[in-house]
Amino acid sequence: MSVLTTFKPPKALSGKEFTYCPGCQHGTVHRLIAEVIDELQIQGRTIMVAPVGCSVFAYEFFDVDGTVAAHGRAPAVATGMKRALKDSVVFTYQGDGDLAAIGTAEIVHAANRGEKITTIFINNAIYGMTGGQMAPTTLLGMKTSTCPYGRTVENDGYPVHVCELLKETGGIAYLERTTVNTPQDIRKTRKALRKAFTAQLKGLGFSLVEVLSTCPTNWGMNPIEATEWLEENLKREFKVGLFVDKVGDDQ
Amino acid sequence: MTEKTMVKGNEAMAEAAIRAGCRLYFGYPITPQSEFTEYMAKRLPEVGGSFLQSESEVSAVNMIYGAACTGRRVLTSTSGPGFSLMQEGMSYIAGAELPSVFVNVVRGGPGLGDIQPAQSDYFQATKGGGHGDYHAVVLGPGTIQEAVELISDAFDIADRYRTPVIVLADGMLGQMMEPVIFGKYRDPDSLPDHSEWSLTGAGKREPHKVTSFNIDPYELEKMNMRYQAKYKEIIKNETRYETIRTEDADYLLVGFGTMGRILGSVIRQAREQGIKVGLFRPITLWPFPYDQLKKSAKGKKYVLDVEMSTGQMVEDVRLAVGDSLPVHFYGRTGGVVPNPEEVLQALRKHTEEAE
Amino acid sequence: MAVNYVEIDADRCKGCGLCISVCPKKVLRFSSSFNSKGYHPAEQHDPDNCIGCGFCYLVCPDTSVTVLKETSKAGT
Repeated sequence: MSVLTTFKPPKALSGKEFTYCPGCQHGTVHRLIAEVIDELQIQGRTIMVAPVGCSVFAYEFFDVDGTVAAHGRAPAVATGMKRALKDSVVFTYQGDGDLAAIGTAEIVHAANRGEKITTIFINNAIYGMTGGQMAPTTLLGMKTSTCPYGRTVENDGYPVHVCELLKETGGIAYLERTTVNTPQDIRKTRKALRKAFTAQLKGLGFSLVEVLSTCPTNWGMNPIEATEWLEENLKREFKVGLFVDKVGDDQ
Repeated sequence: MTEKTMVKGNEAMAEAAIRAGCRLYFGYPITPQSEFTEYMAKRLPEVGGSFLQSESEVSAVNMIYGAACTGRRVLTSTSGPGFSLMQEGMSYIAGAELPSVFVNVVRGGPGLGDIQPAQSDYFQATKGGGHGDYHAVVLGPGTIQEAVELISDAFDIADRYRTPVIVLADGMLGQMMEPVIFGKYRDPDSLPDHSEWSLTGAGKREPHKVTSFNIDPYELEKMNMRYQAKYKEIIKNETRYETIRTEDADYLLVGFGTMGRILGSVIRQAREQGIKVGLFRPITLWPFPYDQLKKSAKGKKYVLDVEMSTGQMVEDVRLAVGDSLPVHFYGRTGGVVPNPEEVLQALRKHTEEAE
Repeated sequence: MAVNYVEIDADRCKGCGLCISVCPKKVLRFSSSFNSKGYHPAEQHDPDNCIGCGFCYLVCPDTSVTVLKETSKAGT
């Protein structure tokens, strides 16, 4: 008899247990990024920039050089790294508060410059680490601890659509919005991540993959309900799909 | 390289950075330092370096953070309002122990203020600026020649102690022209090795992690105590100052940067008028030369501290001198530079009071 | 003939149940025992019907799942 491992965790993860809540999809996206790093054989020259938010510890979960940026500033930190070390592969991992509220200037300008870095953007429509406050991507009517009566246009304006905003910037080489609810979605996200990193490796410009994700704890649901809520609500506001692809066939 | 060149302060400091082996610049235009940024934009591509005009000073300081993570020499220049925006990043850089050099060509404040020379960013530079228990080394050049030398030293100190270093210049130093002798070009490949901690891609080694972060208070306290031990070393090894004619003086003037330089000419005129005065000029503003100033002030009848502010360094002067003798202050603010005659008047007044 | 089965790192598992919900053959369930974190981890109760599709691996947010395939040696 011989035993073959058909699915096992990628090498680019450090093996450290994730600090996320049960069912939180941060971990799924982490694993997909690491799988792509393995596949592209870039572990030895990759540097990651973790954000402030639930994924503040992300730099410990990957077996690559890493740091934590100030809240929202990861694209600027990554820019400094990439300009200093042109052969490195630099990626930022950011949540919706980090990227779409406090870090709006940094992400727009990094994208517009065509900075040769990759950003993985987790949009779960809520602040996780600080305990469930309103995010720039919180849906209208959605209740959080800082919009306890539901988000209103009058008071808080509209949910920020990051991909729709960024697609007009000249420096974008790859831009896609995905989900990781089903095995099929997960395979699509993996493919998007591979293309995003390939855009960087080919020097084509800035790449970003927005992943709509669940936050069961702060949404007040069990993990299964959260995936259903995402399908019915988050996906209605934020259309999944490909926005920019200058990579073409990356095989 | 012993030839004297007539050059503007901002451009001289920029050239000094390039000669010190700095090949990375991230910054945002602001008066009165914009020539610094422009010079880097022109020169860095000529020497194979990388120049980037950031979207804000907030971004600039974080680009510095990222570039410094790779262990390369990196610098930015700005003025008060821009430096205020950089304070978040300064705190992270100090916490992550990243060697980096900041030039603040100080202008009148607070707020938008004006674009004339000032020294009113002394507190911000020397007492923190950002959040947390940290210090940056602060150097206060009095002449363009000294600024050129201190830029080079700033990189060496930054590398030696893994710390941010601030060169606290002012609008006068940035805008004026003087003959300067530049130092030799340093080969960027011969600079101090940071491969033990820097982020370069792990290759075959264990990955490096560079952060200012530790969720465990006991561990974070340990990190802080490590910074403090480093600051002690810096105080011991790097404290610098200059004295002029203090030995036989009855009175002691204290001033830093270009104000210190103006006080140099005050001494001559005062002595011609029979007022025997000397000058103590701190060159490192952090670490402040407390003990050295105390020694210089011993036996004098008073100390007169003169600043282009409403009185910031004077607090350190008082800490140094204590109650042993009167400490007076004279300052102009908002971009007004005290002229020698005003200082002489203050000297005469305090001398009369003392006699 | 190949036999597929999954290994679940019971102490890593946070009992979110995502793997159980996507399993097309319903061969996974919550264990009745607690792990060191206090969760009921997932377990494979019916390995004979596992088809090795890897869905459980794909949705697991905690890299607790490994999927294996056991094959008879050639010629035996």
